[in-house]
Amino acid sequence: MQKLDSKIPEGPLAEKWSRYKARLRLVSPANKKKIEIIVVGTGLAGSGAASALGELGYNVKVFCFQDSPRRAHSVAAQGGINAAKNYRNDNDSVYRLFHDMVKGGDYRARESNVYRAAEVSNDVIDHFTALGVPFARDYGGSLDTRSFGGVQVSRTFYAKGQTGQQCLYGTYSSLNRQIAKGTVKMFPRRDMLDVVIVDGKARGIITRNLLTGELERHSAHAVVLATGGYGTVFYLSTLGLGSNASAAWSAYRKGALFANPSFIQIHPTSIPVLNEYQCKLTLMSESLRNDGRVWVPKEQGDKRHPTEIPEEERDYYLERRYPAFGNLVPRDVASRAAKERCDAGYGVGDTGLSVYLDFKDAIEKQGKKAIRDKYGNLFEMYEKITGINPYNQPMRIYPAGHYTMGGLWVDYNLMTTIPGLYAIGESNFSDHGANRLGASSLMQCCGDGYFILPNTISAYLADDIRTGTIPTDNSAFEEAEKAVEDRIKRIMSVGGKETASSFHKRLGKIMWDHCGMRRDAEGLMKGVEMLKELEEEFWENICVPGSTDDLNHELEKALKVADFFEVGRLMCEDALQREESCGAHFREEHQTETGEAKRNDTDFAYVAAWEFQGAKTEPKLHKEPLRFKYVELKERSYK
Amino acid sequence: MNFILKIWRQKNAQTKGSFKTYLLKDVSPEMSFLEMLDYLNKQIIGNGGEPVTFEHDCREGICGSCGLYINGRPHGPMRNTTTCELHMREFNDGDSIVIEPWRARAFPVIKDLVVDRSSFERIMHAGGFISVNTGSAPESNSNPVSKTIADKAFDAATCIGCGACVAACKNSSAMLYAAAKIAQYAMIPQGKVEAKERVDKMVKQMDAEGFGFCSNTYSCEFDCPKGISVDFIALMNREFFSSKVCKQKQT
Repeated sequence: MQKLDSKIPEGPLAEKWSRYKARLRLVSPANKKKIEIIVVGTGLAGSGAASALGELGYNVKVFCFQDSPRRAHSVAAQGGINAAKNYRNDNDSVYRLFHDMVKGGDYRARESNVYRAAEVSNDVIDHFTALGVPFARDYGGSLDTRSFGGVQVSRTFYAKGQTGQQCLYGTYSSLNRQIAKGTVKMFPRRDMLDVVIVDGKARGIITRNLLTGELERHSAHAVVLATGGYGTVFYLSTLGLGSNASAAWSAYRKGALFANPSFIQIHPTSIPVLNEYQCKLTLMSESLRNDGRVWVPKEQGDKRHPTEIPEEERDYYLERRYPAFGNLVPRDVASRAAKERCDAGYGVGDTGLSVYLDFKDAIEKQGKKAIRDKYGNLFEMYEKITGINPYNQPMRIYPAGHYTMGGLWVDYNLMTTIPGLYAIGESNFSDHGANRLGASSLMQCCGDGYFILPNTISAYLADDIRTGTIPTDNSAFEEAEKAVEDRIKRIMSVGGKETASSFHKRLGKIMWDHCGMRRDAEGLMKGVEMLKELEEEFWENICVPGSTDDLNHELEKALKVADFFEVGRLMCEDALQREESCGAHFREEHQTETGEAKRNDTDFAYVAAWEFQGAKTEPKLHKEPLRFKYVELKERSYK
Repeated sequence: MNFILKIWRQKNAQTKGSFKTYLLKDVSPEMSFLEMLDYLNKQIIGNGGEPVTFEHDCREGICGSCGLYINGRPHGPMRNTTTCELHMREFNDGDSIVIEPWRARAFPVIKDLVVDRSSFERIMHAGGFISVNTGSAPESNSNPVSKTIADKAFDAATCIGCGACVAACKNSSAMLYAAAKIAQYAMIPQGKVEAKERVDKMVKQMDAEGFGFCSNTYSCEFDCPKGISVDFIALMNREFFSSKVCKQKQT
């Protein structure tokens, strides 16, 4: 039986973090040399944490499944990174950023954590600038910002449409510096397959060397997971194909609670599906909605070419429904509105499953060059994929699975319910409630990695200065390795007919249909049943060619898909128990008369944290009540 | 569409590889090049064979994982395009397509179309960073950087580390890769402090890894999916020579 203690410090909101930090226990420089820390994942959160910990003098081991840390999927974030610098004099502040995030998340995030994320946001921008990240600048040489969905200030720093790439290369460069210094040891091409618990504490991991197939034991005094989200549960998503839930899932199976799994963001502006072999949807940054106008024809099934449809026959439905925010409503609202129009028969394209994002007016007003300067690479990317030039005719877009607000439950220290096991970045449930605002993920990942975790982890490690190296020849490591080995043997021995990708595609379809943008009890229950059946079929008919002792992508995929059945089921269970609509979680049964999400704060203002009880037993639900002292709970309106 | 695919198959670094020919039918012109290979692999697996191993992840041209040598050109026939962004509509029905891994001594083959690019990593370890500790940064706007310079630094920084420049070069030179990082930092005030030391170390590492020299054919720029300019190589050379001159002065 687990007990949830969020460890939120006392004191006024604005002083919590500074007061708490000032009292945290430290590890002396001499003792840091005796401490080892494992960081899994090298995206913004992982690379940032590893380099910050290395700078402090800890011995850090970093793992990623790619050949280089620079390939982590943070690289694909496009639009920007938020900070409360108030460079625009538009009355921005830490409080306003905090407030926007709590509201944007539909009041399902912890006030204290969100405020802290907003508080360290300015340090992140300063650090990146010092690291040489080429943020956009204006002619006076100072940093430029732009606006993003769900807010009314301009606080988003950006590097064209490649902000994630440039920020990731910033963290990658600081990581490289520590690798060169020897404080960080890099282990690329490793899949983490289990976390090892010794005497109740996380003390290591089991990895598979993807080149040799060898199972390896790595020990440390603490383990940090920075393994991203599980959006690939939908198969078609904006994520990299290697992104997966397995590392976080192994922690869940070892007792770490998993919070709000059903909170998964469907991004409104992705390029729609173009062929049946497609396995990836490409995002078109939300920043495009600054200048692009979203519309569908006023008439159902209008097959005319978009440029031939006159102005008065277009329905700019976001501007119509949400005049205050217009095209810049938050993502959950924009996605549902697109689905609503398409379901009602107004969608465009061959499938009728897309809407237009039009730059005609912006190009007329600002000129082609200004638009190219802001979005050049995105327009090129669109043209490469679709063969259509968006300078001449509108883009077609449709929502796609994107970001998971849910994740491993963590306390104020970013520690999971397993002592010594931390989760940072997208892999924890933290700061975004039921919906994430654009450009807040980079902000949170970097805040967690560079500025929060390195402080909180020292308080835990202060007890380990006399522990010495953690041995790997004990029963805990042996059992964990054996379990992984058995699982691999089992999956190889099925000898079925269907590939992992094929199962994944079918699983994704179930999730998209039953646990996607709109959910209801009947559909969710059906989803659970279908997942169970598909999982059984998987273990009878999965086909993994090749061997276990060399590079075998099919085996890697199969192991990841095997975990997704459980992830999907927990998502459905979570969505079922949450009898309200909030943020990205929309239950058909709970909507206002105008079709907006209807929250129920009396019964559901809590974090749902799930405890694993065994493969065949239902997981146990724990509730962490959310208390709002600084933000008034309101119906989230963007009208 | 139908294609004749000639694909390099190699079990591992120790075994010798060879081309294998596959006839692939009913390919949709909307498929990306990698989706076409997924489609091929599905058929190979269905026939009890081992699928073609190739590297990929983001499939939107930004992670730098994918890199295939297609009909004698890195990332195929289109300019400013990664393999994953290339679509089959760019080919003609019935075409023969030759698919190879990057070929360079510093990029040994791991399996089939996958090569080991860790030499690129070591070049970055040698100096691909600005030495600043977390928490010690000054306020961002305390050091203005002219927009022209910042934009140029950005252009250099868009390198995705795929290795196409090396594959394109007859000398297997990594000059464009190293120069992009060196130039990005050498142009901005934050990076100037250790610019001389950086260029020295990175060039040394580049040589140690077995990459060749530059003979100015500009094929790297031509085949770079991010269109990185060879001007940065000139800038790197200037930095390199000046680092040597300064060193002599000091001693």
